[in-house]
Amino acid sequence: MRAAILAAEHLDLLIQALRDSGYLVIGPVRDELAIVYDEIRSVRDLSQGWLDEQEKGHYRLLPSGDGRYFGHTVAANAWKKFLNPPKRLLWRARQHNGQLQFMPQSEDAPQLAFLGVRSCELHAIEIQDAVFVHDQHRDEVYSQRRQSLFTVAVNCTRAAATCFCASMNTGPEVTLPSDLVLTEVLDDASHYFLVDGGSERGRNILATLPLRAATSKQQALAKKGIESARQQMQTGPRFFDSAGIKELLYRNLESPAWDEVADRCLSCANCTLACPTCFCSAVEDTTDLTGEHAERWQQWDSCFNGEFSYIHGGSVRQTTRSRYRQWMTHKLASWIDQFGHSGCVGCGRCISWCPVGIDITEQLQAIQQADKP
Amino acid sequence: MTEATSTSKHPSPSDDAPAGKAKLAVWKFTSCDGCQLSLLDCEDELLTLAGQVDIAYFMEASSRQLPGPYDLSIVEGSITTPEQRELIQAVRAQSRFLIAIGACATAGGIQALRNMAQVDDYIQIVYANPEYIDTLDRSTPLSDHVNIDFELRGCPINKHQLVEVISAFLNRRRPRISEHAVCVECKLNNTVCVAVSRGEACMGPVTQAGCGALCPRYHRPCYGCYGPKENANPQALIDWQSSLGIETVKILENFTNFNTAAPPFHNAASSIRRDRQNPPGKSP
Repeated sequence: MRAAILAAEHLDLLIQALRDSGYLVIGPVRDELAIVYDEIRSVRDLSQGWLDEQEKGHYRLLPSGDGRYFGHTVAANAWKKFLNPPKRLLWRARQHNGQLQFMPQSEDAPQLAFLGVRSCELHAIEIQDAVFVHDQHRDEVYSQRRQSLFTVAVNCTRAAATCFCASMNTGPEVTLPSDLVLTEVLDDASHYFLVDGGSERGRNILATLPLRAATSKQQALAKKGIESARQQMQTGPRFFDSAGIKELLYRNLESPAWDEVADRCLSCANCTLACPTCFCSAVEDTTDLTGEHAERWQQWDSCFNGEFSYIHGGSVRQTTRSRYRQWMTHKLASWIDQFGHSGCVGCGRCISWCPVGIDITEQLQAIQQADKP
Repeated sequence: MTEATSTSKHPSPSDDAPAGKAKLAVWKFTSCDGCQLSLLDCEDELLTLAGQVDIAYFMEASSRQLPGPYDLSIVEGSITTPEQRELIQAVRAQSRFLIAIGACATAGGIQALRNMAQVDDYIQIVYANPEYIDTLDRSTPLSDHVNIDFELRGCPINKHQLVEVISAFLNRRRPRISEHAVCVECKLNNTVCVAVSRGEACMGPVTQAGCGALCPRYHRPCYGCYGPKENANPQALIDWQSSLGIETVKILENFTNFNTAAPPFHNAASSIRRDRQNPPGKSP
């Protein structure tokens, strides 16, 4: 299908079309302190006119001074919380007359539509698919939510200082399949979206909207926006060559860089919980006071927590050095052995949301520097 | 007090009296009563608890006092007098399991501020008749005096965590209490980080979870009520907060609160004081 134009004032029609099709629509909204992904009911819920200023250990919301809906970059939270809920009850059990009755908890998976998914985030979802859908331990909750998921991707026309998708080859232009892809253009007085339908159901939604054919100038402007985001990253300090990272890390497992970062790292787990691809969880059982009722809960966990690597006798990774090294070498190296691709999409969340500003790209470059003969 | 249980194995509450209910005792040492009140605050679970255990000694709730031994002793407060030093030995001797609850019992509490000063100076300032006061020069956690079976953190403790610990004891399983950072609770609750988005001097990254990240949920920084998390790195937090221009006195205050005598916080405060006296880079 040829690219079409959706006027900005008609964006709400897209949201309502999704809602009318039974989707719970999730999009960027303004929390008091940051842009977060949350449920939206109309275009008024979107974080229109707000920007994110991101640096290491730093995030501020700023008014953009224009009417863009998607002028900001990735939200504070990742989409993963909607596909893999942070806490979930797996089953309840009841002891009755000496017998144990197990009651599995099943849910009617909500039919979700994500509005405003960035290219790096589509990659992150694909990476989690490899873990939860295609791997040997299929996760039913994730798989069901994922199967019905409708994505409206948005091409980035601005990069935050922490963005490095251009280094990880995951953006800023959407290249993975998405039901719809939007590019926002605000040019003089005209404000519109260039729209592409990437699937049958995406095109069915488009068929209900008042679209116009895109002129070549409009297409060129959209392209220019994406190129400007790419330029911002390519001229920034977080642009690097990501080829050969796996081998680099494997041959530097004893680099002094690990000791240096361990001095600064809090092992607080923020990076892993903000990361859109980190997928680890813990499973815990509990009882009530009577001992007649038990529950099994699953909740997000982190390789930065001591309990995470606890086996009989103690925690395998007691030091922060071993935890940081585990996280970074898994993310950038052994993930490739495990799943065939890197676990990092360059969204920069681990950099912004580290409370002491540890920057994975700086750490990588420190190891690269020390690696040179 | 003479019927000390000397078993070294982990006894179950039913070892002694299989037909009877477990005997529960609640003790108070130097503290504000807030933690034992958390037990009375368990409105939904209190009747169930009373059905499961025999509340044999709980002066805050009832004047009924049954003699030991007790299957489970829940102890609030720190040790600050010579009498308490003796009494905690007696409580330990009468208790199969002993659980320390709250910042006072697990770290010495706010009253451990005296540990960094001269206690007599404090007494002179605070009391009209200092001669009546007989106190130790330091406030210490229970673990300095006796073996503790479990420490439940908080100032005050979280009542849901208390019910969890008692349930675990009654059902002979491990309590589901995490030692990770408050940050994990913020992220699981979808609470935006106040340290990063506001530059607040938040103690969350060095503080153990358990409160449900109560303060950050209201956009307030964490005060460290639950004490140091496992593997805490306060120095890294101090360095970062200093680099943001946060006042040293503010950072120091955060480490000299309810858990001031917990070793990682105590060491952090000492390091800040040392650096204030001898700023780094300035030769003596």
